Amino acid sequence: MAETTLTPAAVRPPLSTKAIVLRTSAVLVLALAAVWLIANIVASPVQFFSAAVAGLSNGALYALIALGYTMVYGIIQLINFAHGDLFMLGTLFSAFVITTLANQTGPSATGWVVFFVALVTTMAFCGLANVAIEFFAYRRLRRAPKLAPLITAVGMSFVLQQIGLKWNGSGQRNWPSVLPDDSFFIGGVRIDVNLLIVLGLAIPLLLLMRWLVAKTKQGKAMRATSQDQDATRLMGISVNSTISFTFLLGGALAGAAGVMYQQTIGTTRYDLGFQLGLIAFTAAVLGGIGNLTGAVLGGVLIGLIQGINDGAPYGLGQKWSQTVVFSILILLMVFRPDGLLGKRTGE
Amino acid sequence: MGYELSRPEPTPPRRRRIPAHLRWPLGFLIAGLLFFLLHYYATRLGLKPFLDTWLPKSTINEALVWVICALGLNIVVGYAGLLDLGFVAFWAIGGYTAGWLMSGFFHFLNVHFLGAVPTDQPGVHFSFWMVLLAGAALCFVFGVLIGAPTLRLRSDYLALVTLGFGEIIPQVFRNGDNVFGYNISNGDKSITPVDPVRSVAIEANGFSVRNLGPFDELSRYLIFVALAALIIFMSLRLRDGKLGRAWLAIREDEVAASAMGVPLMRTKLAAYGIGAVAGGLGGVAYATHVNGAFAGRFNFSISITLLAMVVLGGMGNVWGVTLGALVIAWVNQTGLRRAGEAFNTQFGTEIDFTSYNFLLFGGVLVLMMLFRREGMLPEARTRLVLREHDKTSVGQDAIEVDELDEQANVEAGERR
Repeated sequence: MAETTLTPAAVRPPLSTKAIVLRTSAVLVLALAAVWLIANIVASPVQFFSAAVAGLSNGALYALIALGYTMVYGIIQLINFAHGDLFMLGTLFSAFVITTLANQTGPSATGWVVFFVALVTTMAFCGLANVAIEFFAYRRLRRAPKLAPLITAVGMSFVLQQIGLKWNGSGQRNWPSVLPDDSFFIGGVRIDVNLLIVLGLAIPLLLLMRWLVAKTKQGKAMRATSQDQDATRLMGISVNSTISFTFLLGGALAGAAGVMYQQTIGTTRYDLGFQLGLIAFTAAVLGGIGNLTGAVLGGVLIGLIQGINDGAPYGLGQKWSQTVVFSILILLMVFRPDGLLGKRTGE
Repeated sequence: MGYELSRPEPTPPRRRRIPAHLRWPLGFLIAGLLFFLLHYYATRLGLKPFLDTWLPKSTINEALVWVICALGLNIVVGYAGLLDLGFVAFWAIGGYTAGWLMSGFFHFLNVHFLGAVPTDQPGVHFSFWMVLLAGAALCFVFGVLIGAPTLRLRSDYLALVTLGFGEIIPQVFRNGDNVFGYNISNGDKSITPVDPVRSVAIEANGFSVRNLGPFDELSRYLIFVALAALIIFMSLRLRDGKLGRAWLAIREDEVAASAMGVPLMRTKLAAYGIGAVAGGLGGVAYATHVNGAFAGRFNFSISITLLAMVVLGGMGNVWGVTLGALVIAWVNQTGLRRAGEAFNTQFGTEIDFTSYNFLLFGGVLVLMMLFRREGMLPEARTRLVLREHDKTSVGQDAIEVDELDEQANVEAGERR
């Protein structure tokens, strides 16, 4: 120890064989991915870019959901398994507002008003539901060994799925959209207006979130809580309400994603949240968990990869979608457990 | 935390006729046999209607498969403290081993080895007992393969990666009817039927050795009880041995264990591998129980149900897990439905109780974690670990008062 502190790391220690093997295989994997992408573009550019556009739309939703995961993980180191199911409840609540309360069946003049009402109420609903979940299920377990809150989160996920099951029925259901379903073409690639709406909402939300965490007092409190809860408490910050606020934000983003999903894709099922939640969590890990920009980047990347895999000429198709996403997750865990933008963390 | 050394009390020397490590497996076998006799003489005892309603043989057999798998998961989660959310992968691999090695699926081959069908039938037909070994071996290999890249990770990442494998492997089987043009799993059509088991069959009066048909549930019950007893015996023996103690050490403090000379990687891989072996045995047994390997059945809810069994029963305690698995499997299969029917006829209501089983499981998991984290039949040691930092039983106000004190304790606990 003493020697290393005396001579600063001017000379990098030679890489071990293991590290060399790891790096070489990482480069190989990336090279293969690049070859695959180029082959797809060459084979059929229009098909490739159509698939990418579809992927981008999904990616924006993944980014919104992933933000909720990453913020909760950043602050209390909990994988909130119930988060995806909260998103599913968001789609149902949005459908409830639009069909039952506002009595809309399709695009109309009042559609935009209804859409924004649905957006705001769903965000509030999901945010408050998330706060309630934290209050009843996770708060008491904050000092317990990690396994306990994780299992509680899985349990909460099942409880929310049950609510979805009773609300939506056991099968898939189609809900009407109030947004115009126009589209236009750029160089043969069809672009839905929906995509622009999703991006036009997701990007401001993401920027708002960044501003909130980076610039405001509440954001400072969140960052402090994630670093050291005890010291934060000593500084006179209420740790409990800061954590509640984090859950509120995460839930609201899941709600926004829910409204957009319900409006653009339209079909929901009680177990939708589980699948999408897993993908979104993978996105959060891909970007580096706890890192807001990383979550967005990861979400968009996963969305693109999934879209290209589902639609491009040499893609494996939709039925292998999950396998592709989770293979990425596993490869990432092997080569770079801290994600693309994450900091190196020890044990 | 103050552990007080207690001087061992001088006990009068007592002669033990049965060695300690055999007592529980033998007890389980005897309980299993008693249950068998109960079913065998059901008609004579006048219990048949009751047993057929509340404890049908197929439910019991399936519950035993769950016991076998839950005990496997218990080795990973309960002993070694590695959260595994994808245990269904091993169940599926075991099931498909049975599908590949004892059915007519590979119809272009004609391999027979002590098989239970005539040799002129195409396909690969091994004896059930050999397929058990093959399934266990294959799952061991997969357990090590899955474990190897993941064991360097922190606990919650580990959970996620195992979950990923638990999603990938069933999806491979679901889409396996066309992998680069080859059919490896028959996809959604599933591999069915599998060969019958050639074993001791229970006749109305006496025994015979023949192929077990679909109605020989009582004979299969004996096989499953024996398998479960084997896994129980294995779990108990391993726990007392060097490997088991190394697992417990890792579960409680990885760094300290490593400093004491426990090889972390090898020990964790052993936990994965051996846990997977039990999953494989359960998978093969299940394939003979439902007569096929059905791709659609292997999903995440199996992993979660197994985890619930381990958690509710009492992590690390073989008896707790066995009991938890039996109870939950029974509730899932028969208990909830029958109790719901009884409730409905009693009160004239029409509530579909089985549709609430998500709520039941989710709610039970949450409540157990909040109020009785160590499970129904906890191991003394697990209780100690899981309750270590807990001050939640004290009222909320008391926490405010004791805050500083408690903080110091927690910090000391974390630094330790």
